[in-house]
Amino acid sequence: MLDVPDLIPLISQILNGLLFGAYYVMIALGLSMIFSLGGIVNLAHGAFYAIGAYLAVTLAPHIGFGGALIASPLAVALIGLVIERYLLRRFYTADPILGLLLTFGLAMVAEQSLRILYGAAPVPFSIPQALRGQVFLGEFVYSRYRLMILGTAVLCVAGLWVLLAKTAFGKVVRAGVQNPDMVGALGISLKPYMTAVVMIGVGLAALAGVLIAPIAGVHPAMGQEIITFAFVVVVIGGLGSFWGVVAAACIVGVTRGVAAHFYPAATEASVYLLMVLVLLLRPRGLFGERIQKFE
Amino acid sequence: MPLDTSLSRRTILKASAGAAALGTLGAPAISYAQSEAIKLGHITPRTGFLGPLGEYAVQAMQLAVEEVNAAGGVNGRKIEVIYDDSPNPQQASAKAERLIQRDKISALIGEISSASALAIAQVVQREKVLFINTGANSDALRGSDCQRYMFHIEAQNSMYVKAVGRSLVANGLVTGKKWYSLTADYAFGHDLLNVAKRFMAGNNANHAGDDLIPTDLADFSPFLLKIRQARPDVVILNLAGTQITNFLKQYAEFGLTFPVAGFGFDTALAWGAGPGNFGGIWPALWHHLVDTPNSKKFVAAFNAKHRRPPENQAWGEYCSLKIIAQSMAETRSTDPTKIVEHFEKGAKFDVLKSRESYFRARDHQMMTEMYAITALPQAQVKNQWDIFSSSPPVPGPNESLEVIAATEEENKCVFRSA
Repeated sequence: MLDVPDLIPLISQILNGLLFGAYYVMIALGLSMIFSLGGIVNLAHGAFYAIGAYLAVTLAPHIGFGGALIASPLAVALIGLVIERYLLRRFYTADPILGLLLTFGLAMVAEQSLRILYGAAPVPFSIPQALRGQVFLGEFVYSRYRLMILGTAVLCVAGLWVLLAKTAFGKVVRAGVQNPDMVGALGISLKPYMTAVVMIGVGLAALAGVLIAPIAGVHPAMGQEIITFAFVVVVIGGLGSFWGVVAAACIVGVTRGVAAHFYPAATEASVYLLMVLVLLLRPRGLFGERIQKFE
Repeated sequence: MPLDTSLSRRTILKASAGAAALGTLGAPAISYAQSEAIKLGHITPRTGFLGPLGEYAVQAMQLAVEEVNAAGGVNGRKIEVIYDDSPNPQQASAKAERLIQRDKISALIGEISSASALAIAQVVQREKVLFINTGANSDALRGSDCQRYMFHIEAQNSMYVKAVGRSLVANGLVTGKKWYSLTADYAFGHDLLNVAKRFMAGNNANHAGDDLIPTDLADFSPFLLKIRQARPDVVILNLAGTQITNFLKQYAEFGLTFPVAGFGFDTALAWGAGPGNFGGIWPALWHHLVDTPNSKKFVAAFNAKHRRPPENQAWGEYCSLKIIAQSMAETRSTDPTKIVEHFEKGAKFDVLKSRESYFRARDHQMMTEMYAITALPQAQVKNQWDIFSSSPPVPGPNESLEVIAATEEENKCVFRSA
């Protein structure tokens, strides 16, 4: 039987994991939406995240961190628009392997472009003065800046949920995920919706990149640090499930924290182990819906 | 918009594997054919968590080659370097083999990862080609895994620990104190942790705990919470590559105030952390503020070319190329065996420091001065490069250069006869 004081470190890790999980949501939701509607597994998602971070570093001296927080995701969404319109669109009906190869290639091109433009060394960037400091909750300490990240993530999730669940736009997107042919038969073209979904998805990835830039190294390969994790979240949560992705991100965060507490060397590996377990016991993911076209 | 019905959720699983593969693909070799030239190979990680250092390595190599060739080359022949990239030990070994067998290089320079250097060492020993290791720190490479054809301009972990350890002891951070460590979870980190434990225990410090950190970890928050709960007197970092940048940023973010010290360091990672984030006492094999005429010349030439000062990884390639050029001129030969003998006889080299350096014959480790650097408080930082103050060279002018290196007892090397 553990004493209560012994449990405090573990509880801190669980709380911290939940908070960081919220951050993964921003990256994983976009990935999940693009896959659910377009059938494209966007391996370049991490690249958009990295571009978002680099744009923040470039723009912040001119328009401030707040300005960069808005401008950088918008700029990346526009890049997403161009890429969807001229590249991704050709692959929705093609063999999925081709889409994989395309986005794999895009990720490499983006990473190398960043390396050519900014160099391979991490680019210096710090938390804005106004957001520095910590919040203490008994034994638990959290940075004020991370609370801001948490707030932003919650706003994004809420906004996206309203968009998908409560608007006409969302209805078409959800219908398109379930049965694109029927949507087409009703005379609705999914093309502009797909463009919008890609813009929102990569814009969210860029926003996550901006948010991480002050607290983690900004370097060309930073996208690789999160892309595999984002996939794991999507797989665990279940395809097509909005809340599944949200729940999975929190579970992944907590798993990481608990592993760090008991067996730190497995901090990252624990997440993959969790994925294997979920796939064995529930191949559709925790909250995966039955989607006709994926069966 | 009809969708291909063959699409399955297995696709996304394959994609996850693909995402993991993204980090492991290397860039193709670039070679410039030229007859007559002396061919050398350079191999180092260009991507991944050590990629930032690999870039300095390549830039410094190019600068050194330009300088040697502008001065007439070696024995009337130009030097030509074939560059390649080593994202992991398997590729490091395969590419070293290709450079030797296909390109017929006379010597190989480079590497940063201790795991990859170990793989390369086996190839060069089999092929009898000289290899100068410029960035892999593991003591084991100079001990149980030592090879006759491998030399180390990079300092060994023991040198890093003992060099900065003196400053830590002087600052009262060791004797009778409680230390907590974070260690990079691969060959380098494991080796360094052993050396660190030996040093700290030898100076009566108590180990409060260690966490092994995956190499591509971006979020240190779980470990920062553990450090806070452990309340150590000093936090010791046995980290590598972008891990150091991530740690520095988040340690500042969480407002932890336990003194920080590192047993492994590269300046570029502190430069990349950003204003207000760099703290603590760290070891350096060389840094851009070393006050010797040749060091200043190197910094000025590198700065003119790349608009940033070089860091210690750049120093390693720059000096290695100069050492090879000088030795080939002195022996009037490109034969690796002759160069190895030349090194083993104790040839002295100017490596931009106040004392000349040499390779120690019994383990091929370069005996050279090091420095302990201390982060400046933010108010005293005037530009993005000069963010630390440096100790005088360690060991001091009246000491043997060997006093900071591992003793034979600590790290025994037996060269197997070829």
